Amino acid sequence: MREMMQMLREAAMRAILETEDVESLEALRVRYLGKKGELTGILRQMGKLSAEERPQMGQLANQLRSEIEDTIELRRKALNEARLEMKLLQETVDVTLPGEKKDLGHKHPMYNVLDQIKDIFIGMGFEIVDGPEVELADYNFTKLNIDEGHPSREWTDTFYFTEDSKILLRTQTSPMQIHAMETKELPIRMIAPGRVYRKDEVDATHSPMFHQIEGMVIDKGVTMSDLKATLNLVVEKIYGKGTVTRFRPHHFPFTEPSCEMDIQCHKCGGKGCPTCKGEGWIEVLGAGMVHPKVLAGCGIDPDVYSGWAFGMGLERLAMGEYKITDLRLIFENDVRFLEQF
Amino acid sequence: MKLSRKWLNEFVDLPLDEVDDRSFAEAMTVSGSKVEVTEDLSQGIRNVRVGKVLSMEKHPDSDHMFVTQIDVGAEKPVQIVTGAWNVHVGDLVPAALDGALLPTGAEIHSGKLRGVLSDGMLCSLKELELTTHDYAYGEIHAAAILGDYHPLDKDKPSISADIKAGDKIYGPVKAAKVLRVEAAEDGWKATLDVGGQESVTLSRCDNLHEGDLIAYDTKKDHICELEDLHAQQAEFPHCIPDGIFILHEDVKPGDDIAALIGRDDHVVEFEITPNRPDCLCMIGLAREAAVTFDKALKLHTPVVEAKAGGNINDLTKIVVEEPQLCRRYTARMVRNVKIAPSPAWMRERIRNAGMRPINNLVDITNYVMLEYGQPMHAFDFGCVDNGEIHVRLAREGEVIRTLDGTERKLNTSMLCICDTDKPVGVAGVMGGENSEIVGDTAMVLFESANFDGVSIRRTATALGMRTDASSRYEKGLDPENTYRAVQRACELVEMLGAGEVVEGVIDVYPAGKQETVLALEPQKINALLGTDIDTATMAEILRKLGFTVEGETVHVPSWRADVEHYSDLAEEVARFYGYNEIPIQFTGAISTCGGFTPEQLCERRIGEICRGLGMDEIITYSFISPSYYDKICLSADSPLRDSLKILNPLGEDTSIMRTTILPSMLEILTRNYNYRNKAAALYEIGRTYHKRPDGLADEPKTVSLGAYGPEMNFFVLKGWVEELLQGLGIENPRFRQQTGDPSYHPGRCATLWVGDACIGTLGQIHPRVMRNYSVDAEFYCAQISFEELFRLQGGTPVFKPLPRFPAVTRDIAVICDLRIPVGEMQDVIRKAGGEYLTDCRVFDVYTGHHIVEGKKSVAFSLTMRAEDQTLTDEHAEAIVQSVLAALREKYGAEMR
Repeated sequence: MREMMQMLREAAMRAILETEDVESLEALRVRYLGKKGELTGILRQMGKLSAEERPQMGQLANQLRSEIEDTIELRRKALNEARLEMKLLQETVDVTLPGEKKDLGHKHPMYNVLDQIKDIFIGMGFEIVDGPEVELADYNFTKLNIDEGHPSREWTDTFYFTEDSKILLRTQTSPMQIHAMETKELPIRMIAPGRVYRKDEVDATHSPMFHQIEGMVIDKGVTMSDLKATLNLVVEKIYGKGTVTRFRPHHFPFTEPSCEMDIQCHKCGGKGCPTCKGEGWIEVLGAGMVHPKVLAGCGIDPDVYSGWAFGMGLERLAMGEYKITDLRLIFENDVRFLEQF
Repeated sequence: MKLSRKWLNEFVDLPLDEVDDRSFAEAMTVSGSKVEVTEDLSQGIRNVRVGKVLSMEKHPDSDHMFVTQIDVGAEKPVQIVTGAWNVHVGDLVPAALDGALLPTGAEIHSGKLRGVLSDGMLCSLKELELTTHDYAYGEIHAAAILGDYHPLDKDKPSISADIKAGDKIYGPVKAAKVLRVEAAEDGWKATLDVGGQESVTLSRCDNLHEGDLIAYDTKKDHICELEDLHAQQAEFPHCIPDGIFILHEDVKPGDDIAALIGRDDHVVEFEITPNRPDCLCMIGLAREAAVTFDKALKLHTPVVEAKAGGNINDLTKIVVEEPQLCRRYTARMVRNVKIAPSPAWMRERIRNAGMRPINNLVDITNYVMLEYGQPMHAFDFGCVDNGEIHVRLAREGEVIRTLDGTERKLNTSMLCICDTDKPVGVAGVMGGENSEIVGDTAMVLFESANFDGVSIRRTATALGMRTDASSRYEKGLDPENTYRAVQRACELVEMLGAGEVVEGVIDVYPAGKQETVLALEPQKINALLGTDIDTATMAEILRKLGFTVEGETVHVPSWRADVEHYSDLAEEVARFYGYNEIPIQFTGAISTCGGFTPEQLCERRIGEICRGLGMDEIITYSFISPSYYDKICLSADSPLRDSLKILNPLGEDTSIMRTTILPSMLEILTRNYNYRNKAAALYEIGRTYHKRPDGLADEPKTVSLGAYGPEMNFFVLKGWVEELLQGLGIENPRFRQQTGDPSYHPGRCATLWVGDACIGTLGQIHPRVMRNYSVDAEFYCAQISFEELFRLQGGTPVFKPLPRFPAVTRDIAVICDLRIPVGEMQDVIRKAGGEYLTDCRVFDVYTGHHIVEGKKSVAFSLTMRAEDQTLTDEHAEAIVQSVLAALREKYGAEMR
């Protein structure tokens, strides 16, 4: 009987280790350890044994049972592990294949830049105002100290709706200065971005419709010093900290003193290169102290209040920011262009 | 305005080696005179020297080239091969040596010409970028050299190939051989062999050399040029009125040509703002430079001797009929005018200022304009009828042929200079051909006048001729300047010997000098600038600029008409105190809050949603072509056709303000389609423009969506619109079939409703419209009123507790009439379902197999849930039954 058990043990061990799947392992368990299994079969012959042998054989049989069970369990674990490994292998993907994208839309590059500027000014306590594009000559010119004979009023330069040259498409966002001064409570801190129109044929740098951003501050005790400080801060936000600026005298009928603001060319550091046309500086905006005559014309006492204003071209700013070489691209709206930003 | 640094030194001591171009440009720019570019003219020319022709021989392998030996001041002469025939031994010529650079950009290197070494090139005027206006004596005349004759028809030569001296060519013209050529005054003295008979003749031809065979007109004693023989250039290809520039200057071999022709100068180009016409001249810029660099300004008062006798007042009368348009008219006269080239220094300055020298008299007027900024005109007084000048407006129908040879029709708003009968010049723009100074003239009148800028500008624009004079006048010039300028012109006439100045000046100046006087208010100036500049410093700056400061009173100089207010004085002070010296500092506490308005926030939100849905933002022109309304098939009586019209548009395409944003979107979609972009999804928040009774416009904004591509259909577009509304918190939008919009497909178009308001349209563009755009694709567009979206947008969301009890779903399918809108059925279901029905989705619409024609099967998925209990099957069943009953009652729909 001992030999029989020994033989069973060897056969079982061999069979278990040779098993390649969990299902046949279960079959082996039934075959060896089941109620009708081989071990039970052997134990049935216990009756033939003597009384001393029985407990010994019984103990031996129990040992054998637990030994087979453990082996099956170990084998099951090994097989499960192997199966998982196999599954993982099968499930492996090529991670370099493209992802499934839901394409996001794109903001127009010019409005990207505009939003950046709006955020800067809002952070400094400015509000954003909007106004009419079909405008009175009074607001576009007269109240801005631009006299009757000024060349910009000519029909060769400005689009008109009436023969008497009284209604036009605004040629600048500056009339928003007048609207703001006439309607808003003091103090005023505002920017007014928007479309403006001039009679320029379309080419790489011109368009009959383009965008400007007007800005104005009216308060007690506002000086050119304040203008410089604010615009320096704005330019640092746009072009980066440490951007070198300079202010040079210029002429606008509605500001006095007037200036233009340049930034030092970031490409050459002011040495002069093709980007800055050899000048070392790039013009960014025009500004000045609101002309006391303009203030008075809007019913603001120039002896109590003063102000400064600026205007900048949005297209040029965007073209500089994104290195866009042709203005026409901005209004062409080719998706291959729009989707680059 | 171009400024010659060499010329500037006459007024301000600013030598180039002391102040280089860069520092000059920087300093002038920050003091208010913006420098555009600086050009070192000497950089444009290199290694071109004066050479003396020592010898010249025919090239061994060429019938038209010479091999010359040139003395260029070096130890050994240089050998240069030239194809020009106007060179003679002993001539001084510009020789471009090996490695030379010419103003044309050409570089010259040693090389072989038909096997003979040439160590450079002899230069023509053109190669030095000059013309005979710069050097009148550089004009070249060419004799017809018979050896160069190439018959047009080989078989029928007009001159036989074996012709020899003495042979007759035609009539009195005989072939002659040149025996000797010697320089003579104004040309050459040639000794000829006319068939054994010697003859000496004077000729202006520059291409004669010993041994040449020429055509000699024995009757006229004249060496024939091409035109005398009625020959074409092709018949004498090398007898051309072109060649080397033979120098008649006081120079020696080796001298630098750059200096000789005035290219040893630096030219600074300024962008002068329109308020500073006083800076459009040397003296104006010199004054700015003097203050900028704190140097003395050296001005000169012209002195006129006027030795001609007589007095201008006895010779002419000047009547200014329009004192508003002509504030001052100053004139002087010159007798016995001798037209000649002006001297080199004057030509050089004129050239470096960007103008062309013409002759002494014209050059003097231009020189004075460049120096004083005062345009001048000189006209032939002999052509002025009755010796009277009238400054008046043109009369109806008057015409004048201007100096450029063009006939100009004048209108009654144009100011003219006239005699008693006719215009002799368009005031401030251009003189008339009828009074042009062509040759030596007995009597010339110099006009130095002050005209109204606006009037001159309009005249110049109307006539399409913006001249150097008109572009100065149009900015408004200083009337005080006319006298100084005419004096300077007459001084130059005497200095150049161009004529004799008549005594007396006529000066019509009805209103006289007007002076602006301002108060000096240092505290106001400092308050504007944010500075603490003392009064003395301010006064000092103003004084240097030519202002007179007496205590607290400032007298503005006549040339500064732009200064009329204390803020103008502030700018003057700031310019020279230094804009960049003004402290950078916030002066006040920020007392405003700032931020976006609710409208702006809504606009931003719409943009975000559209981009989230995959649409790209576009920006389109506000103006369109009226034909676009036809393109979108707008009905003839549509109120949208009533657009604001631009009276002076750039072109038809941009001539009216759009009343609908649809054509703008269609144009961009079409462009993308034509660029072969496979798909496009776009949005714009743009304005439309609607007439208002007061002549201005209502400018409401529209949200415009547009798309095409393989993924697009009506429901994708509708989905976008739904998402947009949902994103704005607008609940219960409804879509109504719209068959009557001519721009849209009648079966695939809906109007969008919220409450009682129709806020937009969406759908597929009508194929007829697509045909108008020549696009073979389906475009989907939507236009939604921004104002309505803003008005209707939901407020801050209020939290609803999450459901605690499970939902029950039931699917039902009903068969109903094909034409019943499913959306309406959903409304019926929601109503019948009661409070437990939380959702009703359509998941299938089916027609065809097993469904009777004219019917459809619609399947809905109903979700039911209660907030206080778990719904039982009985509950669910009751709801489904009431829904079915409602559908049956309303539409006769039966459960499938």
